[in-house]
Amino acid sequence: MKIRTLFIANRGEIAVRIIRAAQELGLRTVQAYSTADKDSLAVRLADEAIDIGPAQAAKSYLNIPAIIAAASRSGADAVHPGYGFLAENADFADAVEEAGLIFVGPTARAIRLMGDKVAARSAAVAAGVPVVPGSDGRVDDSATARDIAARLGFPVMIKAAAGGGGRGIRVVADMEAFERQMPQARAEALAAFGDGGLFIEKLVERARHIEVQVLGDGDDVIHCFERDCSLQRRRQKVWEEAPAVALPAQVREALCASAVALARAVRYRGAGTLEYLYDDATQAFYFIEMNTRIQVEHPVTEMITGLDLVRLMIQIAGGERLSLRQDEIRVRGHSIEVRINAEDPANNFLPFPGKIETLMTPGGHGVRFDTMLFAGYQVSPFYDSLLGKLIVWDETRGRALARLTRALRELEIGGCKTTKSLHLALADDPEVRAATYDTRWLERRLEQNAFRLT
Amino acid sequence: MAQTNILSPLPGTYYRRPAPDQPAYKDVGDQVAVGEVVGLIEVMKSFIEVKSELGGKIVAFLIENEDPVMAGQPIVAIES
Repeated sequence: MKIRTLFIANRGEIAVRIIRAAQELGLRTVQAYSTADKDSLAVRLADEAIDIGPAQAAKSYLNIPAIIAAASRSGADAVHPGYGFLAENADFADAVEEAGLIFVGPTARAIRLMGDKVAARSAAVAAGVPVVPGSDGRVDDSATARDIAARLGFPVMIKAAAGGGGRGIRVVADMEAFERQMPQARAEALAAFGDGGLFIEKLVERARHIEVQVLGDGDDVIHCFERDCSLQRRRQKVWEEAPAVALPAQVREALCASAVALARAVRYRGAGTLEYLYDDATQAFYFIEMNTRIQVEHPVTEMITGLDLVRLMIQIAGGERLSLRQDEIRVRGHSIEVRINAEDPANNFLPFPGKIETLMTPGGHGVRFDTMLFAGYQVSPFYDSLLGKLIVWDETRGRALARLTRALRELEIGGCKTTKSLHLALADDPEVRAATYDTRWLERRLEQNAFRLT
Repeated sequence: MAQTNILSPLPGTYYRRPAPDQPAYKDVGDQVAVGEVVGLIEVMKSFIEVKSELGGKIVAFLIENEDPVMAGQPIVAIES
């Protein structure tokens, strides 16, 4: 392998995850850190650590010159971007390569193509992948926009071409709202993303969010089956499962084949995820976007396939070909991941940065807890609220739910409010147990205050 | 004239304006009423409005825009 030293340009639990994978491959690890993270678990576990700037992400984890300078100085030959921050920033991928380093991920060209939602949609259509009915490309004049909206039928979504991660999306119910919101959406997209490009899509109501994990080496592409990530709040995933039990076998096959077709068409390299909406009633699936990075919820796929996705993406970046054939990827059992966030469920999920006074982590067969916590750790207010991911595996979904409840009861995080109580309530909810949820289900449930969370 | 301070309710990053391209919520010399917004705290990628629990005239901002802030730290001085 061409990589000897890996520079980790991220923080939190994913930095710990990457360090572990790299050290198991015999690599030297160098962890980038902001001053707020100098006592972090990732810094403790890495072979070396380098200060890249002040606490605020814009001055450290998003500071491309500072990261490139630190990576070069450290003697690293590759940079792993993790997720979030610069993971899907094509200019960063370019800068890494211009510095003579390897970017652990796809080419900048693939990031740019898939990061532009309109271009990604065109690539999907060209590869024969179904997409949500909508405008074929950006819509610039208001007369055309009105015609498209009328043809699709309301409700429709106005989306920013440069948006992502649930940002830059507006749902409008009728033509009056549509005409009022188009100019606002354009101004907002320009301010938020530096690109006022918009497109229009029909709103698929009561849809599931189902996504397919792929691995490519720039030539060959395989899939590692799918995940159901429909339980979301404010378009942020809170609970993820693999496989998606709602899918009939032939739909699963067609869905995964479509993901491979699209990833092959762009000669994808590394780990990636193709996101789809799925309609239970019609059994139709629609491609929405591709995430050109490792995802937060990758462990559920690891649990059902036995693969180490982070190791594989490092090996691919190091120049190795995919050693796995599609027919070697098998699903066994069921896995669920829940996100333990520093938020107060009883107070509208208000962020709750604090000091971890005590920590009891769950264990036992089929239980994995990916976290950067330790007793005495001060949770920083400067970054996202993810404290850890509790992942369980068992032979069936029913057993996995029982194991999840048992493991959640073992988890005790003293000194900090967390979303543990939400997950205990979800694991006990009849509709979650029946897996009949859609992407709006959790918000409806929370509005009714059905869980009486404390 | 008594001087009192508006305290940050949360740790994070303090912003004096609702968005980078918009004017500040308040400036020195402005009157502020109970419940009025005097800034934003960015905490864990969420933005929380800082509302004044006091009424009076703003005499000073005790920290700069985009400065890191601790929970309970004084951010605005008010004369009432």
